[in-house]
Amino acid sequence: MARSDGSTEAQPASVEFIRIRKTFPGVVANDDVSIVAYPSEVLCLLGENGAGKSTLMSILSGFYTPDAGVIRVNGADVIIDSPKRARDLGIGMVHQHLSIVPTLTVLENLMVATGKGFRLDVVAAQHRLKQLEQTLGIDIAGDARAETLSLGELQQIEIMKALWRESRVLILDEPTSMLTERGIEELKSVLIQLKSSGLSIIFITHKLHEALAIGDRVAVLKHGRVVGALGPRELRDVPQRELERIVMRMMFPDQSVDPFAMVRQNGPGAAGDATGDAFLQLRDASTSPTRGGCHLKDVSITVGASEVLGIAGIDGNGQRELAEVICGQRATTSGQVLLEGRDITRLRVPERQRLGVRYVTDDRLGEGIIRPFGIGMNLVLKRLGMPPFWRHLITDEAAIDMAANRLIREFDVRTPSARTRVGVLSGGNLQKVILARELSFEPRLIVYNKPTHGLDVMTSIAIRNRILQQAAAGTASIVISTDTAELLQLCSRVAVMRRGTIADVVDVGPNAEERITELILEAGRSRAIN
Amino acid sequence: MPSESFLIGFVTGVILASVPLLIAAVGETISERSGVLNVGVEGMMLAGAYGGFSAALAFGNPSIGIALGGVAGVVVSLVMVLFCVRLGLDQIVVGIAVTLSMQGTTSLLHGAQYGTSYPRLDAMPTVPIPLLSSLPVLGPSLFTQPVVVYLAVLLIPLTGWILQRTRFGLNIRVAGEKPEALEAAGVNVVDVRTWTVLTCGCLSGIAGAYMSIVAAGTFVPFMTNGMGFIAIVIAMLGSGKPWRVLLAALVFGVAVSGATSLQLLGVVVPLDLVLMMPFVAVMLFLVVLGRRSSLPVALGQPYVRGSR
Amino acid sequence: MRSTKHGLDAVLRARRPRLAAVFGHALWAVSSLLLAVVASGVLLFALGRSPLAFYTDLVAAGIGQSFGLVDSVIRMGPLLLIAAGLAVAFRAGLWNLGADGQFLLAAAIVAGVAPSVQRAIPGLASIAILFLVGVAVGGAWSVLPAFLKSSYGMNEVITSLMMNFIGLGVANLLVKGPFVGPLLVQTNDIPELLPGILESRVHVGVIVAIAAVLVLHLLMSRTAFGVGLDVLGSNPRAAVHLGVDVAKLTMIAFVTSGGLVGLAAAIEILGVWGYMRADWNPGYGLLVIPLVFLARLNILAIVPFAALFGVISVGGQFATRRAGLPNDFSLVLVGLMLLAMLSTQVVAKKVSTASRPRFALPKRSFAATGETDA
Repeated sequence: MARSDGSTEAQPASVEFIRIRKTFPGVVANDDVSIVAYPSEVLCLLGENGAGKSTLMSILSGFYTPDAGVIRVNGADVIIDSPKRARDLGIGMVHQHLSIVPTLTVLENLMVATGKGFRLDVVAAQHRLKQLEQTLGIDIAGDARAETLSLGELQQIEIMKALWRESRVLILDEPTSMLTERGIEELKSVLIQLKSSGLSIIFITHKLHEALAIGDRVAVLKHGRVVGALGPRELRDVPQRELERIVMRMMFPDQSVDPFAMVRQNGPGAAGDATGDAFLQLRDASTSPTRGGCHLKDVSITVGASEVLGIAGIDGNGQRELAEVICGQRATTSGQVLLEGRDITRLRVPERQRLGVRYVTDDRLGEGIIRPFGIGMNLVLKRLGMPPFWRHLITDEAAIDMAANRLIREFDVRTPSARTRVGVLSGGNLQKVILARELSFEPRLIVYNKPTHGLDVMTSIAIRNRILQQAAAGTASIVISTDTAELLQLCSRVAVMRRGTIADVVDVGPNAEERITELILEAGRSRAIN
Repeated sequence: MPSESFLIGFVTGVILASVPLLIAAVGETISERSGVLNVGVEGMMLAGAYGGFSAALAFGNPSIGIALGGVAGVVVSLVMVLFCVRLGLDQIVVGIAVTLSMQGTTSLLHGAQYGTSYPRLDAMPTVPIPLLSSLPVLGPSLFTQPVVVYLAVLLIPLTGWILQRTRFGLNIRVAGEKPEALEAAGVNVVDVRTWTVLTCGCLSGIAGAYMSIVAAGTFVPFMTNGMGFIAIVIAMLGSGKPWRVLLAALVFGVAVSGATSLQLLGVVVPLDLVLMMPFVAVMLFLVVLGRRSSLPVALGQPYVRGSR
Repeated sequence: MRSTKHGLDAVLRARRPRLAAVFGHALWAVSSLLLAVVASGVLLFALGRSPLAFYTDLVAAGIGQSFGLVDSVIRMGPLLLIAAGLAVAFRAGLWNLGADGQFLLAAAIVAGVAPSVQRAIPGLASIAILFLVGVAVGGAWSVLPAFLKSSYGMNEVITSLMMNFIGLGVANLLVKGPFVGPLLVQTNDIPELLPGILESRVHVGVIVAIAAVLVLHLLMSRTAFGVGLDVLGSNPRAAVHLGVDVAKLTMIAFVTSGGLVGLAAAIEILGVWGYMRADWNPGYGLLVIPLVFLARLNILAIVPFAALFGVISVGGQFATRRAGLPNDFSLVLVGLMLLAMLSTQVVAKKVSTASRPRFALPKRSFAATGETDA
């Protein structure tokens, strides 16, 4: 393949992935992936959630070892079995702020991983900091406390951290996901500087325009495979709009097999259900920023009774916050939540539950269940203290058992008894229990957060059917998912979330999938938007 | 106007009360900064008090007593290291167990060895600081103290230096705030915490030894009387800044030694009220300022290798 | 996948849940006790005393001759209630370390007002009122730490500990001050003490304690209140998600805990002493903690263990005196018991995980998007 400057001199690739295969229980993360990265170039890995980009990079940085295939660094076959080994090979991974300590200064953060000796060699560190800042073209005070820095600056620290030792390869995983326009521009110029010093940069992104703008090479991944690649010449010579179309065709070739086609039944119809009064309305809801989360900014959505509204978008763009605002777990700083026209913004979780608002959380083990309790008790926990399970606050075990057995049957939960400790259930059965709990006692609005995440095919199909059934019975539903095909099957409209706002709402119909993917990849994005 | 001898007595009393608090609180600070809440300080202090006292008696040398008191503290803290740091068990439960065991053990040992004799030590020799010891009031009190007191004061800048300017100190701070970051950098969090807990044990032991050897001149079962817990609070309020620890220790020292002073002034205040004062002071501190104390994020949470 | 192995576990457990669990629990408790006994025996030996003689004395004095047994039963009363109180707090995930302060303060106030109350209102009614006073004082003394925790999330370990020492001080002040009796080292004598059961020395307070614990057990195991507390203690995040009122439950749990301790104080004063001595502190609050853990926070299981502790306490008093040692040996035994429990727990965990395959996967990969795979 030709290099970015057009010459064809043989230069060793910095990193080569040769037929890499990596599986986890139930999912093939990387399937026969072959990709090459060269020095002084940016290689972009483009794809949606679940494409296999991050797994590949985890392999390169030593966190996983591939099941099959070879990795070559600077021409030599290597086995990278630990992060330390990766560092020794000159591979630097820029973490998403996972390793920056907020209360320490910039210099201290940089000195954590580096250097030896009893005393901290502050002078040497300051020297290296200055060196790197020059290379990157940035200027951050060494004694600034990390928690005062912007996300963009924190990222620059991470980059410097990765480069502190002489590195040959720099990996960036979705680096612009939380950055402002300005931060993105700064990052771009930093990368240009780094390229000229010979570094090989691997840039993971889901944003098409970004890949096309930054990458000297682009590899497009979907469902664990490489579905296409763009070389330097194409990226240079072919106009942007055409490139976008090429990529879209790589991802959606005409003869595509839809694994979900066979189970489409009882669909709500593409006619949408925006008729009639909105059952749930969010008006300009905003939440306060939290560290590590994505706060909402003036989000407005409406959901009609019997409608299923989908929420698409890359993880971490405010979907969880949205769900929590609707069910009452998170307070809004401004805006309103209206249920059937009634302002419920001030109501807390138990009151909203009583009004029929339900939340099927994606954090099943963390907040969805009480592990030491039996299945039966878990099923009725949201009705704690209420009849028929509690009469005058006294537990009626028989009533609980009866209801539990009924729900277990109805939702096909595989368990020897209703008294079994819920903590021993498999993921799929756990989800069924949570569903059973949320869907009972006359739900009127249900928020499903990644309802089929991590589950096997059969269980996923059953859950999707249940969602459709419930909607047909008149419940308003919101389904949050990173699986576009799933959303298309279930929903009449799909809202795409991006950085805490709704980018757009797509009516389900022909071309809906492409339109949604375009929004997620931020294709066709010009400076004017957002 | 209180007499000079009163003031000397007052300052001396404050020092006697503050020094053990200071030393133990510094130890606890180091431990807390690394993410381990050591609730067993009271027990370690008792171990040091008893061990130090016995050693001083046996060897006829109070300095040896202080040193061996520190050793006793280290030995006891090994339990904390094993159960909390290495095995990841609940820090509070283990701390309580250590305290209970040591309360009983030291009382037992004391009863067995000195139950009938109740020996006392001679006062520890003091070292006057040249020039400064000639000052009025402070001269004979603050600047004429046993060496251990001067060392205790030196602990403050030393600890500050270690925490801020050495690799070990940096590792400690990262271990307490974000252990996974330290682990990712290739440093073993468990090792770091092991050292900090042992250090805490050593310092707590020395603090206890000071109480029995210097302050009281003898060992009385349960003599620490809650000082260990106050040291924990001082460490929390100090937020990892040694000078704040010194300040807090002085304030509580004044509260603790207030009784004698007030009595000397002819004010009749019930002993119980005065003994209570430090704890009331703590509650006031906590209610008013507590929200602003910055505890390390990972405090109290055992770190499991490999978890992120 | 893990489902098969756990499916099997679930089946086995479903068939004979009770028996297996109780047996396992008993085994663990017994082995911890034995371990502690052996360890303390070593200590005794090091002190030149015969461990065998010591333990024989302990058992003989604890349950032998009608004297010993009676004393042990009487001692069990307060231990039972305090342990139950602590169990309530611990189950909600709250560390009530101020039990001693709650106990002594309640004791002081009950001892102080009892003479006047009994002069004004005779008979059973006065006793009931005094019991309530104990409950109220104990509960009131735990309000501050409870409030600070539920409203500001302040660590209750420290706040309850501080209140502990303050309570001690206030109790002493009361006993030596407003409530002081003619003897100056104790309060006035209380005219009517609790009657004995069937002419024995065992006072009805023990019955009250057992009854209270039984009621508490029913509350914890059969009401929404108990379920709510368990939810809070097991998974505070889920509690929020499930709509449980965390702040309210925290307060209720803490105050209940303190109230039970206060009741124990009232029973002790009215049943055993009839007055309160100055500078008195049996230290039940910390002593009882291993008991609570031995019982695995199960209220019913506390009863046999409290009885055991009563025996150890009474028998230990005698045995230590015979051996020429101070009474605080029971503290050692108890502290060692706690450590022994932790050790056996670790061993049990290691044994059960030995069969699981080992692979080191980081819990989160570096994906910015928060997904764990791909």
